[in-house]
Amino acid sequence: MIIKPEPTIKDLSFIIDNSGLKPNDLLNMYKRMVTIRYFEEEIRKVYHEGKNPFNMASGIIRGEMHLAIGQEAVAVGSLYNVRVDDVVISTHRPHHHAIAKGVDLKKLAAEIFGKATGLCRGKGGHMHLFDKEKNFACSGIVGASFPQAAGAAFAFKYLNKDNVAFAFAGEGAANHGTFSETLNIASAWELPLIIVIEDNKYADSTPKSLVMSTTFHYQRGLAYNVPSYLVDGMDVIDVYITTKKAVERGRRGFGPTLIEAITYRYVGHFEGDGEEYRTKDEVEFWSQVDPIRRLENRLLKLNFADSEMLAKLREEARREVQEAIDFAIKSPYPSPEEALRGVFA
Amino acid sequence: MKIRGIAQAISEGIRQEMERNDKIVVLGEDVTYWGAVFGFTMGLFDKFGRKRIIDTPITEQTFMGMGVGAASVGLHPVISLMFVDFLGAGFDQMFNHMAKNYYMSGGQFPMPITVITAIGGGYGDSSQHSQVLYSIFAHLPGFKVVVPSTPYDAKGLTIKALRDQNPVIIFGHKLLTGLPFLPFEGIEEEVPDEPYEIDFGKAIVRKEGSDITIIGTALMVHRSLKAAEMLEKEGISAEVIDLRTLVPLDEETIIKSAKKTGKVLIVDEDYMSYGMTGEIAFRIQSKALRELKVPISRLAVPDVPIPFSEPLENAVIPSVKSIYDEAKKLLMH
Repeated sequence: MIIKPEPTIKDLSFIIDNSGLKPNDLLNMYKRMVTIRYFEEEIRKVYHEGKNPFNMASGIIRGEMHLAIGQEAVAVGSLYNVRVDDVVISTHRPHHHAIAKGVDLKKLAAEIFGKATGLCRGKGGHMHLFDKEKNFACSGIVGASFPQAAGAAFAFKYLNKDNVAFAFAGEGAANHGTFSETLNIASAWELPLIIVIEDNKYADSTPKSLVMSTTFHYQRGLAYNVPSYLVDGMDVIDVYITTKKAVERGRRGFGPTLIEAITYRYVGHFEGDGEEYRTKDEVEFWSQVDPIRRLENRLLKLNFADSEMLAKLREEARREVQEAIDFAIKSPYPSPEEALRGVFA
Repeated sequence: MKIRGIAQAISEGIRQEMERNDKIVVLGEDVTYWGAVFGFTMGLFDKFGRKRIIDTPITEQTFMGMGVGAASVGLHPVISLMFVDFLGAGFDQMFNHMAKNYYMSGGQFPMPITVITAIGGGYGDSSQHSQVLYSIFAHLPGFKVVVPSTPYDAKGLTIKALRDQNPVIIFGHKLLTGLPFLPFEGIEEEVPDEPYEIDFGKAIVRKEGSDITIIGTALMVHRSLKAAEMLEKEGISAEVIDLRTLVPLDEETIIKSAKKTGKVLIVDEDYMSYGMTGEIAFRIQSKALRELKVPISRLAVPDVPIPFSEPLENAVIPSVKSIYDEAKKLLMH
């Protein structure tokens, strides 16, 4: 289900004018989305090397791998206007959020490869990415992001700072008790918290229609007196406009906002997923609204860029991604003794 | 100042640190009017008000997670887990995040969080409100495990916890709190008015002796001391060691004592199997096997839930008499 039909060019110009976005902003967003896409495609390629027959422990990148290919607009649109000292708590599917928050591509790739030069010196891995400098963290435990972001929001309020904290989660995670608990407390205490639900329709393999009592989560947010919005997660502009309002509310001390973005992942829940739960037709249908192509078409139609400019941005993104992957491959592994260090501060 | 029991001593330690460090906030159920029910936050609300002493909804998972988030941006949350038995409702945030984020982040995110929780039975509160469970925390890497048994220790260990950059769990035994609505088996003693620290990883010899070593924590220390008095009357000299902290653990003191007496009884109010008693026994045998005269003995809750009915409860929690009997058996060996 597409939430909003593609606007006409006139309508689109009006929307963009009203949003305060300049052509350059949209080009930046395009570049970020493309960077995320290339990064994940590249990770995916390397991940599967040496994994035939499929075995998670073999190959250069070990363990599970959850990619967000298709969900780029949610991360880029919602985090386009945040500051470096705002907090983002992400999930087991964290790469797009990390890149959108400004996490260094090289350190990110190196961590995913388990290298000493990684964000966490190889101790975290793909589901446990931390970057103190960029105020980014995530967790491999479903539903864990809500209270942690609320805690950061609580601290901002206590310290009289005008920062906001973001919790990202999937629509499956939002069935967890922490979602309701956090909405309640953040609303009661007017915390500068922004919850972004990425509804990609499946909790691992389970369609949301089988396990959700309401059609959408924003309905639940409203029940807790939290302003809650449904946005088109395949439209970076739509995500941006609503999140900008949420961030302003948070900074002014008005309390939390819930944003539910309808989106789709074009790849499995994890790499190696047989995708028995959905049809090829469905994936094909959603690929018609690929958020990157959609933005590309708009940029061209609005004359914000010509295809040469966009090709140049794509080329830059590809080069940065390649440099990051090369850096990760060439970096050394941590020494085994490192495993016994750093349990306590 | 004379303080009776550990509850007032802990709240006194928190109060003094809160005056020194405005990054400390107290979160949990009933922490204002009721002082976290078992008194660990008594008096703080009157002094610091709602900005810093904050009643949460009954949502362990969420307020533990909020502690993690708040610590990651510079606060030092003190979180009350009313009964340790409720950890099931909040444990994911504790063991998968609070205890691991520092390590997983490669040292980027210290977690200066102090959790205070009430442990123990002996007053008829049955299976879901009488457990000790500290071995679970001690088993998981990343928590410091603190078990004060006296007012002096409670204050000094609490202040130490509030100056530590790691998650520290303080386990306060309900029968040592000194609250009027509970039995009291602890002590009243003179506690310095000024703030002071007690180092973690330093056990204390509560009573010196030469015939047998009895090792325990919290309430079991006091019961062991009473059993030692009974033994003393029979001319048996028992040494009683209070571990004070399980993580870090003071191996030196227990091994020195085991070598001296050659006979060791470990007493625990937590469950028997895969717990503290087995761990301490392993450490002793690995470094003092040749000096042991008899196999190490232990008393603990014998792998059953704590039952309600008084004779049943008394049958499973080590008592002065059962400690005395077990010590005698060991000496007869």
